Amino acid sequence: MRVLLFLLTGLLTWSACSSPEEAQIANVAIRFSHNWENTPVSAADFNILKFTNDNGEMLSIERLRYLISNVILTNLDNETYELSPYQLVNLGDEEVSIESTQVPAGDYKLSFVFGFTDTENIDGGYPDLNTASFNVPAMLGGGYHFMQFDGKYTAQNLPPAGFNYHVISAVNTADPNNLIFQDTSFKVDLGVVSISATTEIEIKMNIAEWFKNPNTWDLNVLNTVLMPNFDAQILMHQNGKSVFSLGTVQE
Amino acid sequence: MKNNCLFLLAVFLLMQCSSKEATVYTPVPYTLEVPTQFTNKLIAPIIPANNPLTEEGVALGKKLFFDRKLSGNNTQSCATCHSPQKSFTNNLQFNEGIQGILGTRNSMPLFNLAWNFDERFAWDGKEVGLEKQALEPVRNPIEMHANWETVAEKLQASPEYPDLFLQAFGSSEIDSVLITRALAQFERILISGNSKFDRYLNGETTLTPQELAGFNVFMDEAKGDCFHCHGSDNNPLWTDNKFHNNGLDSNFSDLGLGAVTGDTNDNGKFKSPSLRNLKFTAPYMHDGRFATLDEVIQHYSEGLQPSATIDPLMKKVNQGGVGLSLQEKANLKAFLLSLSDSNFVNNPAFRE
Repeated sequence: MRVLLFLLTGLLTWSACSSPEEAQIANVAIRFSHNWENTPVSAADFNILKFTNDNGEMLSIERLRYLISNVILTNLDNETYELSPYQLVNLGDEEVSIESTQVPAGDYKLSFVFGFTDTENIDGGYPDLNTASFNVPAMLGGGYHFMQFDGKYTAQNLPPAGFNYHVISAVNTADPNNLIFQDTSFKVDLGVVSISATTEIEIKMNIAEWFKNPNTWDLNVLNTVLMPNFDAQILMHQNGKSVFSLGTVQE
Repeated sequence: MKNNCLFLLAVFLLMQCSSKEATVYTPVPYTLEVPTQFTNKLIAPIIPANNPLTEEGVALGKKLFFDRKLSGNNTQSCATCHSPQKSFTNNLQFNEGIQGILGTRNSMPLFNLAWNFDERFAWDGKEVGLEKQALEPVRNPIEMHANWETVAEKLQASPEYPDLFLQAFGSSEIDSVLITRALAQFERILISGNSKFDRYLNGETTLTPQELAGFNVFMDEAKGDCFHCHGSDNNPLWTDNKFHNNGLDSNFSDLGLGAVTGDTNDNGKFKSPSLRNLKFTAPYMHDGRFATLDEVIQHYSEGLQPSATIDPLMKKVNQGGVGLSLQEKANLKAFLLSLSDSNFVNNPAFRE
């Protein structure tokens, strides 16, 4: 009996060690950082006309909140691990992060969607986002803002004026009886990350990109009431694609 | 032997009754009646773990809310400035304290406070947490001007309060902590969610064409653009509970949030109040400067004043605002009044 027990214990121990990749579970967390052309930006930089966009306007940030969804890791076998179904990131908060999730150690592609796809952009469907007053009026299709970026700008020594760079899923309201919707959420692929043990991944937003690439943004022309402006939403959609990048991956 | 047993039983019973605190009394949990649209649209209200709602705590808080013993000379209660009939404010621009000194802020209406998730209370956000907020008006020299120790002594000396505190909190030793906990419990049950617009959202009634047109003005970014700060059909609080400079002044006699944070970028910012119950809560703004809703709408339409801290959501400031037409103003007013909840102001459970 003792021999049998010994053999059984040995067999179990061997089988537990025989597949090391199964045993290595890693904790992965996401941290968001923000910069203006590589200069870090935080809430401490709010309210100061200190940033200059590509069109030459000086601008300040007073509020910057944005929504990302489907934050996932995809391994080489195309298996996916969801880090977060959606996340409202508020630059005004002291620290913005997605809490740790357990995944098997290995190499993954990291991706997310900026905003919600039409399928997930359910009007009033997310109590935390409703509570945060992040909704889009039903007359514009409902659902949620993808980004609310408010601040002031000045040009040619004129007094500062407000801007509301609000990104939503685009709707063409030219004919109020025939609204035309276009899903302007977009997928962001951040490349491959190696995950082992405890890993924190930084997702970076270069705020300046919203104003420059590929469309040079003229705040003198496009400043407020952009939500119902279909053409402006398309420009935002195009500029947004170069905003995010992979930052440091710390173990 | 029989006598000995009776004697021991008597001693035992006497011991049981000798200390009220030794009597274990478990307060009955209070069930908050949350409107359907709140449950469906919002995250759960904040009920602090160290101050759960109980039937006894709420009842005690209500009694305290209307009790003038909380003021220095027994002439004012919380309800003096926060009348149930007026959605827990009153119709005065400013209120006189017990010594006849006029305040500088309009008393805020009280409802749906458990959904203030940042827990910053008062126009300038200086009080963090409802329990802590309740400490302030009692000791404020231009309001109830009392000393908390004296208030506690007065209540302790009353024939009924010690037992009520015992039942609510398991202690008959009255102090400011328990008093403010009871007040906060009562304030948390003040829920307003049964306006005409609520019933419309719940499919129980219809709006007039004018009210619907006014709702569209409210939600239209090019018109009222009210929804960015004041909620929507998907945020039935009708406030974001944040602080904004809404263009009242170019120079500030009252710094608002700025005086609390010390940050000049917060100067002139005040909490956006809920738009519920406007029918009952005139005058309006932190200083009660507008006597009517028409004046409020006129301000946003044509009266905006520029300043360094004016919120970027205020549009066309150099023109004074977006310039609503007379019809749009009337429509917006009709919609705003549809957010008034007569059941709330007439609820006997909230009356003295």
